[in-house]
Amino acid sequence: MTNRILLDKRLFQITLERLCHQLIENYDDFRNTAIIGVQPRGVFLANRLHARLEELVGKTVTFGKLDATFYRDDFRRKNKQLEAKVTDIDFSIDDMRIILVDDVLYTGRTIRAAMDALMAFGRPGHVELLTLINRRFNRELPIQPDYVGQTVDTIEDVAVKVQWLDEGSEDCVILEKQHA
Amino acid sequence: MSQLSTKHLIGIKDLTKQDIELVLNTAATFKEVINRPIKKVPTLRDITIANLFFENSTRTRISFELAQKRLSADVVNFSSSSSSVKKGETLLDTVNNILAMKVDMVVMRHPSPGAPWFLAKHINANILNAGDGTHEHPTQALLDAYSMQERIGSLEGRNILIVGDIMHSRVALSNIFCLKKLGANVKLCGPPTLIPKYITELGVELEFNIDKALAWCDVANVLRIQLERQNTRFFPSLREYALYYGVNKKRLDRLDKQITVMHPGPINRGVELSSDVADSEHAIILEQVENGVAVRMAAMYLLAGRD
Repeated sequence: MTNRILLDKRLFQITLERLCHQLIENYDDFRNTAIIGVQPRGVFLANRLHARLEELVGKTVTFGKLDATFYRDDFRRKNKQLEAKVTDIDFSIDDMRIILVDDVLYTGRTIRAAMDALMAFGRPGHVELLTLINRRFNRELPIQPDYVGQTVDTIEDVAVKVQWLDEGSEDCVILEKQHA
Repeated sequence: MSQLSTKHLIGIKDLTKQDIELVLNTAATFKEVINRPIKKVPTLRDITIANLFFENSTRTRISFELAQKRLSADVVNFSSSSSSVKKGETLLDTVNNILAMKVDMVVMRHPSPGAPWFLAKHINANILNAGDGTHEHPTQALLDAYSMQERIGSLEGRNILIVGDIMHSRVALSNIFCLKKLGANVKLCGPPTLIPKYITELGVELEFNIDKALAWCDVANVLRIQLERQNTRFFPSLREYALYYGVNKKRLDRLDKQITVMHPGPINRGVELSSDVADSEHAIILEQVENGVAVRMAAMYLLAGRD
């Protein structure tokens, strides 16, 4: 299999727009609500959604970044040590409605770690999960997203890559065959 | 991503610039962690760490222990005053006995220079030097560098002064290695009797006039006069030391700029540092203590995570 484009620039834009409107349906003016991007790559998506939501709602929406490195279950089990990124949650999350945002939901382990990390900041009222891509056949934990850009049914040796304009490439999602 | 190039943290001398930057960057993320409502992360929950203190210490020991607890490691403490060392057990036997109880990392302070290096040669656990005699005190140098960077930004090309008892100070030696690797200019100041003869080989400059030295620097790291390490007298009296090398408000007021003053503690108030400076906005002494926990968390996290 060669690389295949799953979402091109135009579809990508439409998907983001739809996710924003789905959030507005449920959260109205985002009172007592925060969007929190999961480091490292969920922050790109969270940034984009956050900017667009503020435009659409016409109000400021609370925004944070969360790094779950210290909560991961694969510390000392991987060959490569992971680099911790910035966590920036300068508000109390007690009783807030939290929307966790990540780019790809795969095994579910990152989100498990992110939820644990989140609880170090207080006790949120409720937490929902938004992901751009849901690889639903590869889950290792009972974690499901509440908002999904696109669901992909892939086998394990295919990588799903989300590329961002902010990184210097074009917005798109690519399916990539891993070299064995 | 990169990892530490060494399995042990025995001295700054063995670290590369990348290692130092890795520790400092990781420390920044841990500083954010220890300012959360819940200051603890589960990262090292399957790691057991032994703190072996063969020499007295309050802040380093508490700092290490707090850092270990914030990382959820299991901790056992040992101090030589209440142990079988008094019965004549050798260092290697003591440590091997502790390791037989399945300990993954050893944090050790020892009065003999090279003791942690000796251990590292003979045992398998990660060794973290918490001060070995007059040799090195790597985590202190790392936390000093972190605190300097926090105050003045990158240390590349900046002027850092170390004042006081350079000869007996492991903090001075570790600081010199660390600051030079980060690209800073380092000058030493103190009584000639307390400056080691060949110290300039390390690429540092000397200045015996404290006022000139202070006028030159961006940061002054003032060391403690270590009365317990001085069997012979290296200067006539503490009063004379304070007069010639003490950092006080009058000296700082004479400068045409604001410099940052640091001290590794414990301070002999009125000797190397006057109270009005130690408690002023020039001093970042308590920041150093806070950063110490974050830097030690980073060091232990990176050592434990190495394959």
